[in-house]
Amino acid sequence: MSTDINPGSARRGLRSYAVLAAVTAFVLAFLAPFLIILLNAFKTGADYRANGSLSLPTSWNWGILADVWERVGFTQKLLNSVQISLGVVLIAVVLALLNAYAIGIGRVRWRTAFLVFFLGVNILPQEGLVYPIYYLFKEVGLYDGKFGYTLLVGITYSAFGTYLLSSVFAGFPRELIEAAAMDGAGRWTILWRIVLPMSWPTLSVMCVFFFVWSWNEFLYPLVLLISNDNQTVPLGLSVLQGQYTSDPTSMSAAALLGVIPMIVFFLIFQRTLTRGVTAGAVK
Amino acid sequence: MTTSRTPRRGYGVFLAPGLLLSLLFLAVPLLMTFGYSFTEWKGIGTPAFTGLDNYTRLFADADFWASFRNIAFVIIGMAIVPTLLGLFLAALLFDYIGKKHGDGVVSILRSGLYLPQVIPVAITGIMWGWILAPEGAVNSLLQNAGLTSLVQNWLGDPGLALWIVLGVMVWMQLGYPLVLFLSGLQRIDPELYEAAALDGASWWQRFTRITTPILRPEVYVVLVTTTIAGLKVFAQIYVLTGGGPGNATLVPSYFAYLNFFERADVGYGSAISSVMTLLILLIAGTMLTRQAREDG
Repeated sequence: MSTDINPGSARRGLRSYAVLAAVTAFVLAFLAPFLIILLNAFKTGADYRANGSLSLPTSWNWGILADVWERVGFTQKLLNSVQISLGVVLIAVVLALLNAYAIGIGRVRWRTAFLVFFLGVNILPQEGLVYPIYYLFKEVGLYDGKFGYTLLVGITYSAFGTYLLSSVFAGFPRELIEAAAMDGAGRWTILWRIVLPMSWPTLSVMCVFFFVWSWNEFLYPLVLLISNDNQTVPLGLSVLQGQYTSDPTSMSAAALLGVIPMIVFFLIFQRTLTRGVTAGAVK
Repeated sequence: MTTSRTPRRGYGVFLAPGLLLSLLFLAVPLLMTFGYSFTEWKGIGTPAFTGLDNYTRLFADADFWASFRNIAFVIIGMAIVPTLLGLFLAALLFDYIGKKHGDGVVSILRSGLYLPQVIPVAITGIMWGWILAPEGAVNSLLQNAGLTSLVQNWLGDPGLALWIVLGVMVWMQLGYPLVLFLSGLQRIDPELYEAAALDGASWWQRFTRITTPILRPEVYVVLVTTTIAGLKVFAQIYVLTGGGPGNATLVPSYFAYLNFFERADVGYGSAISSVMTLLILLIAGTMLTRQAREDG
């Protein structure tokens, strides 16, 4: 990481710059859709029709963004998404921690069977569960409410978290726990004072990923959260699709509004996100 | 081994809440779906037991088989192409650009390629839908370049829509294998490459003889997870094409959704979902036990 002397610098030839330029061009082309959305979110309909989608806006018009923001009630959608995602993270991490504590450290009986169960439910496709959940939620009054939805998604992610944390806990230093138990610490104290602080690196990665996953959920919120007061950002914006055929730049503004929160999140948690992918892939 | 270990009793209480909630919110609905699949039900009233009728209807349904054929293509777009492209790019970034131009450049390029992974699929769907629209940016670009003959309705052409959707999927997925492979490459002893280079091995030889074999575990993980994700794919299709035109981009999860919520044919939708759920569990189970055996 911190090598001051680049061993390759002496060998940088013309060809290496050509390769770098080619890869950079590829990455820029790869990111071009974001740029196109940005340009068109600021164009008036007349400007778009006259100059097409590839030109710079004749004037940077913030009115379209403001208009879409107003029409979808974007402030409310942001609050909904933040509230739901934080709730999901909390529920998922707490449940996963408790489950994994029992399985990985408590080594409860039938632990392998429990692990297989959590792995299995983690793999289940949502379309296999969604109708009964929709039906039951209506029966018990959880339909179109943040509480039931947050609980559902939190429980779903906890299965993945259990699987991940159990394997981390399996390698947890036994001596620490046994020493604490000798000193008279109970199971809750050991969990709270020893296991939790030591598993923080894994937990923080889980928090970041669960937040992103929850923010990006589609099928469950499509079915379960229908009112404006509960809808999340992606759903609130995707219902606009098809409504704006006469007003094309509004759709571009809607896409831009949807992209911005996650770009901000990505810039803040970039390191955790790109390093943490590995954690999600461990067996 | 079992002698000095403190007895581990009383941990059940930690497992109870998570287990009960998972049973209630995940296992119960699954069993209900299986149950509904043997009935005819509109979502109101009492389901009428019809035995295997839904399944016999399913296996004779051209839409179902179309959705199956499409899912095979989706797996190419979500699992296979991103894995191959990711492998190539990871090796290029790590073994060439990283060595000549430093890790900072690699890190920036990697972030750029990973970005689509964190954007909601619904939003990238809106974005691409807009860009690929008849009046959209792709067609403007072609017009500006004088290639007017190539201008078309990209997502509206039955022969083309699936390929375009696959292209968008590759774009969405590429960052995942790339990041995983780049981190896997950290394991490689740099001396191995240097020795190979001294022996006159070309970049391509190092790629096929060193990089690819070392990344085998990561390649496997990527293929397992993205294949499963491909079998579940829903949002991309919902937002980009709605399964159309016709059934050109129909996938099983979207087909089930249509039956559940638009055609009020819950029993039939449940049969589709049940088949897919069993298939996914079977494929995932096979792949994961194979992986466990290789690791073990």
